[in-house]
Amino acid sequence: MAVLNEEQSMLRDAAKSWTQEKSPVTAFRKMRDSGVEIGYDVNAWNEMAEMGWAGVIIPEEYGGSAFGYLSMGLILEELGRTLTASPLIASGVGAASALVLGGSDAQKSEWLPKIADGSVVGALAVDEGPHHAPEKVALAATKSGAGYSLSGTKTFVIEGLAANLLVVSARTSGKPGDKDGITLFLVPADAKGVSRKRLALADSRGAANITFDKVEVGADAMLGAADKGWDVLEKTLDRVRAALAAEMLGAANQAFETTLDYLKVRVQFGQVIGSFQALQHRAAKMFTDLELARSAVEAALQAIDADSPDVPELVSLSKAKMGDVFHLVSNEMVQMHGGIGMTDAHDAGFYLKRARAAEAAFGSQSYHRDRYARINGY
Amino acid sequence: MADFGGGDPEAFRKEVREWVEANFPAELKGRPNPMMREERAKPTEAQEAWRKAVGSKGWGTPTWPKAYGGGGLGAAEARIIQQEFGRAGAYNPIGGMGVMMFGPTLLEYGTEDQKLEHIPPICRGDVQWCQGFSEPGAGSDLAALQTRAEDKGDHFLINGQKIWTSGAQFADWCFCLVRTDTSKKHEGISFVLFTMHQPGVEVRPIKLIAGSSPFCETFFTDARAEKKNLVGPLNGGWTIAKRLLQHERGGLSGAGGGGGMGGRSLVDLAREYVGVDAQGRIADPDLRTRVVQHEIEGRSFQQTAVRAMLESKGNSGPSAATSIMKNAGTSWMQMRHELTLEIMGHQGLGWEGDAFKPEELGAVRGWLGGKAFTIYGGSQEVQSNIISKRILGLPDLTQHN
Ligand SMILES: Cc1cc2nc3c(=O)[nH]c(=O)nc-3n(C[C@H](O)[C@H](O)[C@H](O)COP(=O)(O)OP(=O)(O)OC[C@H]3O[C@@H](n4cnc5c(N)ncnc54)[C@H](O)[C@@H]3O)c2cc1C
Ligand SMILES: Cc1cc2nc3c(=O)[nH]c(=O)nc-3n(C[C@H](O)[C@H](O)[C@H](O)COP(=O)(O)OP(=O)(O)OC[C@H]3O[C@@H](n4cnc5c(N)ncnc54)[C@H](O)[C@@H]3O)c2cc1C
Repeated sequence: MAVLNEEQSMLRDAAKSWTQEKSPVTAFRKMRDSGVEIGYDVNAWNEMAEMGWAGVIIPEEYGGSAFGYLSMGLILEELGRTLTASPLIASGVGAASALVLGGSDAQKSEWLPKIADGSVVGALAVDEGPHHAPEKVALAATKSGAGYSLSGTKTFVIEGLAANLLVVSARTSGKPGDKDGITLFLVPADAKGVSRKRLALADSRGAANITFDKVEVGADAMLGAADKGWDVLEKTLDRVRAALAAEMLGAANQAFETTLDYLKVRVQFGQVIGSFQALQHRAAKMFTDLELARSAVEAALQAIDADSPDVPELVSLSKAKMGDVFHLVSNEMVQMHGGIGMTDAHDAGFYLKRARAAEAAFGSQSYHRDRYARINGY
Repeated sequence: MADFGGGDPEAFRKEVREWVEANFPAELKGRPNPMMREERAKPTEAQEAWRKAVGSKGWGTPTWPKAYGGGGLGAAEARIIQQEFGRAGAYNPIGGMGVMMFGPTLLEYGTEDQKLEHIPPICRGDVQWCQGFSEPGAGSDLAALQTRAEDKGDHFLINGQKIWTSGAQFADWCFCLVRTDTSKKHEGISFVLFTMHQPGVEVRPIKLIAGSSPFCETFFTDARAEKKNLVGPLNGGWTIAKRLLQHERGGLSGAGGGGGMGGRSLVDLAREYVGVDAQGRIADPDLRTRVVQHEIEGRSFQQTAVRAMLESKGNSGPSAATSIMKNAGTSWMQMRHELTLEIMGHQGLGWEGDAFKPEELGAVRGWLGGKAFTIYGGSQEVQSNIISKRILGLPDLTQHN
């Protein structure tokens, strides 16, 4: 665990006690069983917002606390432990970062305070296919009067069903695959021509496909400059990836600890199964990998806070490493629980499903390995 | 130890730089430490001069107390010395097992007299030590050792055999685990020191798969260890041995500072031997993926070393975390050797001859030699046992350690 300052320790402790008391895995299960479409518990989200968590990376002048990304990561790690579902990453990191990085004063004044107090939920509408490929933007924004008209479809928008505000990447010139010619727009989710379709995914969180049919927006809806949205988009995505990696770190550690507890109590062949070396060595490997992953995740968050030039590579490093480790640990959680791990009544399946959804979101391991190599010139 | 004694780091850097300029023999620039090789048996004049210069300053062991011949400096100053040596292409001539594991252990467990006798020669590089731990029947299960030490009043008589004793053929002294009580396993072991230059000690070099003979079989027939060279209490050697092994692991994992590997990056090698595609990517996509994966592992390992260092500031000595570092670091280094060989193709399989560059011959020897990383200093499997039992609290139904 990184060396924390006093603020950060307090934040982490608060997040730890809140998740343990108010949002244990049973709360996630209840949410899942209730079939709530948006994929999270609104009351829990309101409590989180009241504690100021949605504003952790938002400047104080816009209603946030500006504690930074490592602080946000500490909260997300605790939320990840109990699989708490909330729009914190989509809104408090995704939409908030896009606005902080690229928004005009007017846009920031309009949206950031509401994101910080949780009354507005933002989401990033970026991808258009089953794989993360943020430069493959086809959704077209064409000039229309003083503003633009948006037409196209975004897929797998995380918290897309709940969001009030969509940060949309659109093409204003060039072709899908070009980084140039991408422009970001702020689109209220209730704008005319926006339609959403809920996607029921294995992880039970709130994702949606969103179709834009000649959605008219004013020039003031443009975030940053026309055709030049890539820079802000990529920086925003890196913040979201690092935040997601922090959530994965918490979930993977909990999956491991739950499994370790089981190894100490389950008796077969007259002894606890944790006394079998075949399982001990796999546990030791997981523990080692979790330590390495923690270092990678914390280094990425710290680099963002320091505005260091190596943010992109450190983020890809952390998402790739964390993805591999969560993949391994979630598989082993089911395997080492034997039959009980296969049952819906056990939590193991939740961690397994969360792992794959998180791995795929904002770039899989193979996406980030490739990106890490490209950044380093090979 | 307070860094810079409240003084100015840049002034200290200047002092070191000027001293290195004045004392480092130019002909040694960029040369490896001869201690790492068999040529150490017959050092050149320049090598001797450099060893004596650094040794008398105590800068080869910068953080050790001045009273015993160390530099008496803080970690930040030690780093500056390391950086300035690196800048000048100079190796640290003071090293070996005395520095890496025995010295730190004796500083902790030795009596004042023992420290005054044995530490200064280590700091000066005058005395080389070897580790007499492993025996044919006591490898991972080190406490099964049988070498006997018989009490003869003012000294012990030692009989038995050690094996895999690195550098025994060059060593002046041995720190050795001996059995002083046969009725108990761990509590019957003592930690003694004796000179290798005596009739009762015989060494036979063993040739390894990499072709060299870095270690020996070592036989003791009525070898003599003075009583004053018993470290710690009689039958209390196991605790000291465990501490020493922690230092050994810390050094092996690279967490102790040295670590890592020199040479070109895998990416550079791949560009040369495999080539790149039109977009500048390593031409073999499967290999490229594995190189990236390896880079990612290596960086996360380094990040962990940094994190562990920051977290432990204030604490002294290596912690249980060295067990994690050993497995992660040694597997990483072995994988690096494997990838190097694969990248070089047939050119990386040369055994000798001028058809191969030194770098290529080094690759194959390094690959073979590197197989030992996961065997000594506590094998991969033994480290996994330690992690699962000591750190994860999983039950141990087989042993008492
Ligand atoms: C989908 C499904 C269908 C099934 N259908 C049937 C059926 O029709 N009839 C029926 O009778 N049973 C059935 N089973 C039960 C199945 O045979 C058991 O789940 C299996 O024998 C494992 O036992 P367990 O679940 O108690 O796990 P445990 O035995 O408790 O194992 C837990 C973990 O410990 C490991 N482990 C256990 N012992 C050792 C050891 N000595 N060394 C190393 N590791 C060890 C296991 O590999 C596992 O990873 C079914 C199970 C499933 C999941
Ligand atoms: C290059 C080199 C230099 C060395 N230098 C020195 C030196 O200077 N001084 C010195 O004293 N020793 C030295 N050693 C010896 C080294 O410490 C031993 O090789 C090591 O302790 C392993 O012992 P062993 O070779 O007897 O293997 P064994 O202990 O017989 O192990 C054989 C295999 O069984 C596995 N194994 C053993 N126990 C367990 C267990 N409980 N659970 C699971 N798997 C297990 C091991 O991991 C290994 O894979 C050196 C070794 C090498 C290779």
